[in-house]
Amino acid sequence: MTEYITRRIVLMIPVAFLVTLIIFVLVRMAPGDPVLTYAGEERDPEQLEQIRKSLGLDQPLPVQYVLWLGRAAQGDFGRSIRTRQPVGDAIRERLGATLELGLAAVLLSSTISLVVGTVSALKRNSWIDIVATGITLGGVSLPNFFLGLVLILIFGLALRMFPPGGYVPFTQDPLGNLQRLVLPAITLATASLAVNMRQVRSSLLDVLAQDYVRTARAKGLRQQAVIVGHALKNALIPVVTLVGLQVGAVVEGALITETIFFWPGVGRLAVDSIGGRDYPVVQAIVLVSALSFMVTTLFVDILYGWLDPRISYGGGAR
Amino acid sequence: MSGVGAVSSSPLPVAQRAATPLRGRLGYFLRRNPRVLLGGVVVVFLVLVAIFAPLLVPYDPIEVNPTDSLEAPSLQHLFGTDDLGRDVLSRVILGARVSLSVGLISVTIGLIVGVSVGLAAGYLGGPVDLLAMRVIDALLAFPALLLAISITAALGPQIWNAMIAIGVVAIPAYTRLTRAQVLSIREREFVTATRAIGASSWRIVFRHILPNVSNSLVVQASLSTAFAILAEASLSFLGLGAQPPTPSWGQDINYSQRYLSNMMWWMSAGPGLAIFLAVLSFNFLGDALRDALDPHLRRRA
Repeated sequence: MTEYITRRIVLMIPVAFLVTLIIFVLVRMAPGDPVLTYAGEERDPEQLEQIRKSLGLDQPLPVQYVLWLGRAAQGDFGRSIRTRQPVGDAIRERLGATLELGLAAVLLSSTISLVVGTVSALKRNSWIDIVATGITLGGVSLPNFFLGLVLILIFGLALRMFPPGGYVPFTQDPLGNLQRLVLPAITLATASLAVNMRQVRSSLLDVLAQDYVRTARAKGLRQQAVIVGHALKNALIPVVTLVGLQVGAVVEGALITETIFFWPGVGRLAVDSIGGRDYPVVQAIVLVSALSFMVTTLFVDILYGWLDPRISYGGGAR
Repeated sequence: MSGVGAVSSSPLPVAQRAATPLRGRLGYFLRRNPRVLLGGVVVVFLVLVAIFAPLLVPYDPIEVNPTDSLEAPSLQHLFGTDDLGRDVLSRVILGARVSLSVGLISVTIGLIVGVSVGLAAGYLGGPVDLLAMRVIDALLAFPALLLAISITAALGPQIWNAMIAIGVVAIPAYTRLTRAQVLSIREREFVTATRAIGASSWRIVFRHILPNVSNSLVVQASLSTAFAILAEASLSFLGLGAQPPTPSWGQDINYSQRYLSNMMWWMSAGPGLAIFLAVLSFNFLGDALRDALDPHLRRRA
């Protein structure tokens, strides 16, 4: 196991470098001269040269890459072009809102998918299974911005059950915070709900066909004990992987949902920064989310091996 | 059970199959798999709508018509009109062109690049494999939509760039699929036999290995078209895809947001349902094809 983890981390290092290189190249390819954006109204060539120097943009590209990487490793992502705020601070300020939304969505989607997926597997081909399967396919195919708008229209504007958007910190107004959380959390949860429900159903079906489940039934255990005590335990291992990956991709999911609901998180910051050509911010957000996605993936793989002793991580080729 | 089953149910090398006439085989296949037929019919319908869009639109989708602005759905305008008096249905029909061409082109990019890299990595092995797979790992390290957004933002907000970006995001799935198949087929007896009679590497790869991957590729192509349409809609929604006045579903929904608080739902409903239908039908077709073509995956999915 330790050997496996070490190997994975060693393999991750070149990939992480490639990731940073891709991000660096992408940002440098972007249209528009950052110096001009940074300078605002200033057009005096000498001043511009000064700014270029102070931003380190007069150096050759490989040098710039190394310098950028060195600073990024210390958590220094430069300053936002639009607000001049340090990028690290800008992200930290909004991380709480994103994590709140992401966590709510993951909880919602795992709970519902667990219950409905289990029922679906146990009552295979019943109407509830057919409806759930239909919703599954529909949920994956529904663009979350459209779903968000439909929810705003119905529950926010027509029925006025929830505010159609916005955010208040939990510490200021707990009830107001939760009210505003409901619609975006449902929106964000829907896509992963479909995938998770399908996984719960199919892996539970797999497990129910196993000999040890038949043994448990044969020794006279009640249905509930068989399902909860024996089958679900193993069936949920692949689900753990899936949910873990969704936690790792929380910023991606939040991009559009936060934009529609005016939720002041990292996703909305990313969208605004892309629109405003604020490349240091975009660069930092993409970097942080790619690296955290990688780390979560690794963590999930390790967890998988720990939960399921049948999986051996011997030395063989991947 | 699974061990024995896996060996006996593995597909025959395509070259060895009996030469039934193609049309007869297709008809038989569709009769055996009604879900593929259903998904296929909807997909063909969408493609036909996209191709003949200019002939199908009841009104000019771009011309501004102030006297008819913001009308609710009626018999004249089945999906209503937008604030500039343009017929929403006409814009939805023409929008199919953008969505489906992004789907087609980006999936073609992903397929060609992904399969080539996968074949090379799997067949050549060694340093080629090592290098290629690290690059693929790096692409997979990004959440998919975030990567598509970053690439499009870097290349500039244009529909061609969105196609390239979505194509790049699609590459890893094809590479991994192809490479895994090549690794398992490469050592099979019929390949060894082919090599023994003196066939070149090119011939082995294209005549014997590629046809055996094709089923999985067809399934993947359908599923990634669904993703491409969804991704294009998201990019356009964020202003990174097709630019006005070209009708595009995602961009039209973004535009309609400002009228939502006035309860003018129809401006969003038309394009939203169109995206839903298009993505759903490709997902449905991909799912049905997987069940029909790939008995290995059926048990897991």
